[in-house]
Amino acid sequence: MDDHVVTVQNLVKHYKDVKAVDGISFSVKRGEIFGIVGPNGAGKTTTIECIAGMRRADSGSLDVLGLDPLNDSIALKRRIGLQQQESEIPDRLRLREAMELFSSFYDNVLEWEVLLEQLNLWEKKDSFYSELSGGQKKRFFVAMALIGDPEIVFLDEFTSGLDPQSRISIWKLVKELRDQGRTIVLSTHYMDEAEKLCDRVAIIDHGKLTALDSPSNLISMHGGHTRIQFNVGDAFDGESLSSLKGVESIQNNDNFCSLQVSSNSAIVEIVKQLDAMGQGLDSFKIEAPTLEDVFLNITGREVRN
Amino acid sequence: MKSPFIAVSKSEFILYLREPSAFFFTLIFPLLMMLLFASMWGNDSFPDEEFGYVDFSVPAFMGLVMVTSFVMSFTTSMAAYREKGILKRFRAAPVTPFTILAGQLVAIFVITLAGVILLLIAGVLFYDLKFFGNVFEFVFVFLLSSASIAALGFIPASLAPTARSGAVIANILYFPMIFLSGAALPWFMLPDFLKDISLAFPLTHAIKLMQGVWLGGHFWDYPVHLMVLTGFILAGLFVSVKYFKWE
Repeated sequence: MDDHVVTVQNLVKHYKDVKAVDGISFSVKRGEIFGIVGPNGAGKTTTIECIAGMRRADSGSLDVLGLDPLNDSIALKRRIGLQQQESEIPDRLRLREAMELFSSFYDNVLEWEVLLEQLNLWEKKDSFYSELSGGQKKRFFVAMALIGDPEIVFLDEFTSGLDPQSRISIWKLVKELRDQGRTIVLSTHYMDEAEKLCDRVAIIDHGKLTALDSPSNLISMHGGHTRIQFNVGDAFDGESLSSLKGVESIQNNDNFCSLQVSSNSAIVEIVKQLDAMGQGLDSFKIEAPTLEDVFLNITGREVRN
Repeated sequence: MKSPFIAVSKSEFILYLREPSAFFFTLIFPLLMMLLFASMWGNDSFPDEEFGYVDFSVPAFMGLVMVTSFVMSFTTSMAAYREKGILKRFRAAPVTPFTILAGQLVAIFVITLAGVILLLIAGVLFYDLKFFGNVFEFVFVFLLSSASIAALGFIPASLAPTARSGAVIANILYFPMIFLSGAALPWFMLPDFLKDISLAFPLTHAIKLMQGVWLGGHFWDYPVHLMVLTGFILAGLFVSVKYFKWE
């Protein structure tokens, strides 16, 4: 049996008339990177806030590290770390002072000096919080989430608004945290991020869980076919390609040929056939399906709409 | 030793020192008010009394310092914390609202003491301030009064959702209190119906109690003031424990 650190059953949460979370159930295994993905407003933040004891659910049951997030709130918060959107610390507090303050709340702490170093904020340790850029604030809150040496780290939209370099360095940190034996529950609306980083992904839309599996399983089940594209001359005839095994469809217009294939061996055959036809590989491109396609196929919508 | 409570007090104290306007209103404004009135009235003994205006009114200006810090500064700062999501960040840590409130309160109490000491120094230096009571009794009524005014501040500080609403509530409490309870103007100058209204404020009772003990009375001579102040402490604690809003 898997060791589950979070078990959510039938979680429901309304805000006035809006049903933010509508009967979600899932479990998170110890030591995995668990991603909650979906468009803005899908219910990701509310789900995380209920699990982390920040919000009272309307109904459903929650078990986090064997604790009830609301009734055992303080005991739970000693063992988890939460990076939230839209939270702040006082403007006139220096980072060093904030880290020392929050260190005082936990029995076991990580060295804040090391955390600031890991998040590229060491040079800023004497700066006021108000002097940080948006991306620096974001990284600082990741550091704050780690200060209590947490067993589970919750990262809510942890890379939105970050520059690509910072995103990559935080991804690396998240993997290190997992390798240290921590469990990471993150939410993101960047599908590429979830695909690269997560061991398992829960896709949430309109407050409901629509799919849950590893990124590779989700893609092979719901991602659709691999696309192959290349430029062709005026006289190109695609008939001989469409009869190859594994080719599902072919479109040929405006000197541009696009095929959908259901197996990787078909790609080899296509390349051989093109070579035999004397057709070069001008702008030859293979596009494997991504989580983005999974979302589109499951919900019928783009993530960012 | 790592105490969350001491850590919160320490960082709130540091933040307070970095906030010039709060600094002015708690430390300088009551001092200026006292010097202004003292320059008009002096400290010559009243007829048939041993004490003069300054002796009589220093406890009242102590009340002004208390209400400025515990109601004004405390409410506006907690409301701003709530609006900006600073309390939300604290909530994600294993820390209770009581630690946050009490830690901030201790920092504010230190500033209050500084304001009171400034009043005493100015009174002694410029107006030959005299004390007629028992020091221990005065410390007791001073602490009780501080706790009561702080408890009054607890209520809006626990509930006000935004910095703006916090400032509005603080002003609604602050200005009637400082003018009617004897903090800024001598209470005996008020017409009777305003005196009656002023008895609804804990500050009035705090000032009368402190004045009484300062001028040689005993705290047990003032059971009504003691009860009202204790009542406010209980009410403030009840509201903040039961209804504290994190966001």
